[in-house]
Amino acid sequence: MKARPTMSTSLIIKIASRNLLQDRLRFIATIVGIVFSIVLVNIQMGLFLSFERMVTTMIDHAPADLWIVPFGTKCFEDPSLLDAQDRTKALAVPGVSQATPVMIGFSEWTVPNGGTTPVFVIGSDESGAGLHPWNVTQGDTASLSSPNAVAVDATYFGRLGITKLGDTTEIRGQKARISEITDGIRSFTTTPYVFAPLARAQAYMGTPPGKVSYLLVNLAPNTDIAAVRNQLQTKLSKVEVLTPDEFRNRSRNFWLFGTGAGAALFAGALLGAIVGTVIIAQTLYSSTKDHLNEFATLRAIGSSNLYINKIIISQAVLSAVIGFAVAAGIGLIVVGMTARTALPIVMTPELTGGLFLLTVLMCVTSSVAAVVQVVRIDPARVFRQ
Amino acid sequence: MTAPVIEATDITKTLGAGASQVRALNGVSLALTGGELTLLMGPSGSGKTTLLSILGCMLTPTSGEVRILGRSIAGAPPGQLAELRRDHIGFIFQNYHLLPTLSALDNVRLALDVRGEPAGTALAKAKDVLATVGLSHKINAFPRQLSGGEQQRVAIARAIVGDASAILADEPTGALDSENGHAVMLLLSRIARDTNRGVLVVTHDPRALPFADRIIHMEDGRILNEEYSTTINGKRDWFDTATSFRRPKVTAGDEADWQPAHEAMSYAPAAK
Ligand SMILES: Nc1ncnc2c1ncn2[C@@H]1O[C@H](COP(=O)(O)OP(=O)(O)OP(=O)(O)O)[C@@H](O)[C@H]1O
Ligand SMILES: [Mg+2]
Repeated sequence: MKARPTMSTSLIIKIASRNLLQDRLRFIATIVGIVFSIVLVNIQMGLFLSFERMVTTMIDHAPADLWIVPFGTKCFEDPSLLDAQDRTKALAVPGVSQATPVMIGFSEWTVPNGGTTPVFVIGSDESGAGLHPWNVTQGDTASLSSPNAVAVDATYFGRLGITKLGDTTEIRGQKARISEITDGIRSFTTTPYVFAPLARAQAYMGTPPGKVSYLLVNLAPNTDIAAVRNQLQTKLSKVEVLTPDEFRNRSRNFWLFGTGAGAALFAGALLGAIVGTVIIAQTLYSSTKDHLNEFATLRAIGSSNLYINKIIISQAVLSAVIGFAVAAGIGLIVVGMTARTALPIVMTPELTGGLFLLTVLMCVTSSVAAVVQVVRIDPARVFRQ
Repeated sequence: MTAPVIEATDITKTLGAGASQVRALNGVSLALTGGELTLLMGPSGSGKTTLLSILGCMLTPTSGEVRILGRSIAGAPPGQLAELRRDHIGFIFQNYHLLPTLSALDNVRLALDVRGEPAGTALAKAKDVLATVGLSHKINAFPRQLSGGEQQRVAIARAIVGDASAILADEPTGALDSENGHAVMLLLSRIARDTNRGVLVVTHDPRALPFADRIIHMEDGRILNEEYSTTINGKRDWFDTATSFRRPKVTAGDEADWQPAHEAMSYAPAAK
């Protein structure tokens, strides 16, 4: 009689699940191991994604076709400066419809009830295609043109020592007044962003006269972007002309990999995965050891190694599914809890799917030891037990 | 005469290694024929279990040949031996070896599931077979909820559900009281009525004797002699021709060898 290709899996799953549940304590230990491991990987990768998004958030919100940046700029936060006259030269290039100066840099915010805190100032003229605050919940863009007007994010109220629209303070000894409040413009450096008109921003930062950080270039309709870029590159010296994508990649590479932050997050995730795999392997191995007589019986009554391996793999996959479900629940709670903080953990469908695959992979990898043990089993031992 | 379901020729088996090496079997030849219940008896350590393991394709002999339904298993890899066990041999153990996490029904169905038989027909067959061993009312019970005798009947059901050609039992009544032992032997002798199926039972239990068609005595890894229970009725005429196996130590007509055993019978043999 030859085995038919269609195999009933229900009995396999029954045996697998009962093997798992028979030793409750060990089962809980397995699940806890998987959950810890996956939550750790989840947090690390969620931070990575969050970091990745935040690193480019300013570039994402700048309505530019091209960026003129000081030569060698490594990231958006780079303190190098351009000559302000470059704007005139850029505007002279055919196809360039706007070249908007943007000023960025660190400064010192006086907390009204004592002390100071560093802030990251972004200056851009309120008219035209500059880098303006978004997600404005109170005040309006026009209000930034009023004297000493700045925009800040509600997330940082505590840090900045302010509570509401109209509060006043000083930045580097110069007056500032909260005239716009945004929601969710957060910095991965955890330094609060402060938006101000260009000239005020320069004053807040003490920028040397005639200098700006970036020029945002907008093109006339139907302009060949590559041609304009070449011309800008040849007309201007000591600058680089980048597309937003290029600038994003540069920023990302600098912050995530240049600084080692990304590598640290990945290393943490890898460690989590390895520890998880070892824990599951250990519990699966000891579970298999406990059921060795039953596996020997299966072998004695003529089951194939495949059949037995399916039971062990099913044990692994069942653990994975249950462990993942719990981990995903905890992950959602963590995402919810960090959503309003300076460094929210991000969950995407891709990350969720990836984590599930990782869980299954971890569990299946860890069943190797158990499988090897069972394959070597001597069916004749059933006569001696 | 039907061809033997299992035929072993000149089997030797060396177990262990180095100083503790034991020659567990030393030139054993034996054929198991359909429609026959054979008892394998002998002192502890005489090699009964080892022989059963070899006949059941669980161990490979050091030398000699084993044929299952006429086919030699020489050189077969473990996977193929497992297939032979699955398709042709049913095992019954002293300690039942049921899966504790499965119900009686699932334990029986397991023997079909490992062959890839669809769940529907497997369940139906398993129920039928459990009915024939008298356990229709216990199909959903787990082994721990069953008595030893009931567990052994589940194990018998598992052994026969796949229509095995040979049923090999190692001390099937060893852990049972006399009533349950009797029930188990009765079942086994009924199973052996099927001319396509041979039953070999290793036992120390003299109460099993009345159920035997043949008794093989082993000692020190050899077959000492054989007896035929047909002598109860005074018929010894097929003593020489009944089987195709060789009996190295028994000479035909050696009456004194086997006569006393049957006088010690404690209960009546199953009707044949
Ligand atoms: N795995 C092994 N390694 C070494 N020697 C073994 C092994 N298994 C069995 N033996 C030896 O082989 C011989 C035959 O053993 P076997 O189990 O076949 O005897 P048996 O007739 O079934 O005995 P019992 O009636 O006690 O079950 C014994 O001497 C035993 O000690
Ligand atoms: Mg034995």
